[in-house]
Amino acid sequence: MHVPDGFIDAPVSAGTGVVAAAALAVSLRGARRELGGGPGGAGERTAPLAGLVAAFIFAVQMLNFPVAAGTSGHLLGGALAAILVGPYTGVLCVSVVLLLQGVLFADGGLTALGTNITDMGVVTVLVAYAVFRGLLRVLPRRRSVVTGASFVAALVSVPAAAVAFTAVYALGGTTDVSLGKVFGAMVGVHVLIGIGEAAITAATVGAVVAVRPDLVHGARDRLAAPLELRPSPLSDAEAPGAEAPGAEPRPAAAPADAAPAAAAGRRRSVRPLWIAGLVVTLACAGGLSFYASSDPDGLEKVAADNGIDKQAEDHAAEDSPLADYGVQDIADSRLSGGLAGVIGVGATLVVGSGVFVAVRRRSNSGAPVEAGASAASGPPATER
Amino acid sequence: MGAGHAHKLYKHGHSPVHALPAHCKLAAVFCFVLLVVATPREAVWAFGAYAVLLAAVAAVSRVPPRHLLTRMAIEVPFVAFAVLLPFVAEGERITVWGLSLSEPGLWGAWNVLAKGTLGVAASVLLASTTGLNDLLLGLARLRMPALLCQIATFMVRYADVISEEMRRMRTARLSRGFEARGPRHWGVLAKSAGALFIRSYERGERVHLAMLSRGYAGSMPPALGAGPAARAEWARSAALPVTALAICLLGWVL
Repeated sequence: MHVPDGFIDAPVSAGTGVVAAAALAVSLRGARRELGGGPGGAGERTAPLAGLVAAFIFAVQMLNFPVAAGTSGHLLGGALAAILVGPYTGVLCVSVVLLLQGVLFADGGLTALGTNITDMGVVTVLVAYAVFRGLLRVLPRRRSVVTGASFVAALVSVPAAAVAFTAVYALGGTTDVSLGKVFGAMVGVHVLIGIGEAAITAATVGAVVAVRPDLVHGARDRLAAPLELRPSPLSDAEAPGAEAPGAEPRPAAAPADAAPAAAAGRRRSVRPLWIAGLVVTLACAGGLSFYASSDPDGLEKVAADNGIDKQAEDHAAEDSPLADYGVQDIADSRLSGGLAGVIGVGATLVVGSGVFVAVRRRSNSGAPVEAGASAASGPPATER
Repeated sequence: MGAGHAHKLYKHGHSPVHALPAHCKLAAVFCFVLLVVATPREAVWAFGAYAVLLAAVAAVSRVPPRHLLTRMAIEVPFVAFAVLLPFVAEGERITVWGLSLSEPGLWGAWNVLAKGTLGVAASVLLASTTGLNDLLLGLARLRMPALLCQIATFMVRYADVISEEMRRMRTARLSRGFEARGPRHWGVLAKSAGALFIRSYERGERVHLAMLSRGYAGSMPPALGAGPAARAEWARSAALPVTALAICLLGWVL
């Protein structure tokens, strides 16, 4: 979601612009290292490779993934870029895409460019890469682990961008909406988006790992040895067997040959994946807002105490975020925040799957085929 | 490469606005948008004046209003968001047509709508009157780091190629009877995306080798195109932001 002009006030826009410029400067230097090739490389590989990866991100954002009932979503690509080409190049590519979207397609305001780059470029990519590397470090060296780690990384990165946006909004939002509401709405919606992003990112990374594991920057050091030895993608007799232990759906080495086996594996594993996703959503929405909404509500309280002037409120809140409220108040607002998150997710699911079920009933030709998909959303399963 | 040099928003023409150097236009639009954002929202008349300014520029540029207005549809999601603001914002409630609305929320909605619309209109106007290569050259002349410019150039040059590649893969899926209907089919689409990444990256490696064989050593030869802008051209492009500055100052004073 591109922030337009006038959403964030001028000083904070300038501040995020400085942050974005600094991040770009660091990334330019780091990307030379990431894409530099051999030790003698002078970084002249950076421009063509980063440019092509940016073009890839631009194109893949146009690839529509149907969700249900005629709606569809698309990939944001931050986590994917971080995992595939590394954090510096990832920041660089996503930022270039955002810049050109702003200048060429008027998508996202020019003064909000810094906010957009900080939010969607820097925060998403860095959080995704940190989570991905952290998971790889503690988990065993297996290909399914790479897919699973990219799922979690993408799942965390999208709500992280929403949290970053809320922080920017807290500093320089032009409208007096209570931060608890902004936080709840942004994080609630983006947790749902994050699940889709995570599924697609994991499947895409899995597909790349299966064919060219050396191109997955984030897992290059973890997967180098076994995959160098693989003689030919056609001799993948172990592929169906290898699929059984992994909980995540994992693409086989030769997609054309092993497509039926992979499809069967996916059909089996759709339901646990979705149930796990639902649980994670509820945990994030309930748990995160339970713990995190004390600060925003504190800001709101300070704002209410201090009067009308918005600038003054912000500074007061910055100086002493938790100055003068009772424990009773915090506990209440926390609980209500957590409950609101859970209720919000539940309501979204009920509405979404209600529409889905209604449309599905009307066009009942494909009903048996879609059993797995409608089991995806929890509420209809309990309704039946 | 014949097809890749015009983008969706560009409207070919020979008006005075088209003729201005790209970096002057970029700087002017950026300053204009900055001033619009810095204007207090209570000065409602100032935003009307900004709109008149943009309309004047559009008239000089001879871009059809229909072209501009249809391209501004990209804003629609934020209109929806702005409409929500009066219902959720804090502050005093006032009753309009039986609805309880927040007064600061109404101001906030107006703020986002007015500034966002003016920003989109200015950007669309810039993109409609400036070609792709000119914009990239303009960014380079505004001292965007050379490496970043090169990356942006490559991205712009190959975005169409990669999109076409994706379209061919879609045609291949369709011709094999595949139709994506729900999350169950994400796996296939994600594999396509993975294949697209591998093809893009390998194309990047080939492009790099081809460039090396033509003597590339990390920096592009100095770009062709007009030299630094004349003072008259700067003055002409400054007309928009200077007028906007006057309006902005009046908006703060009055």
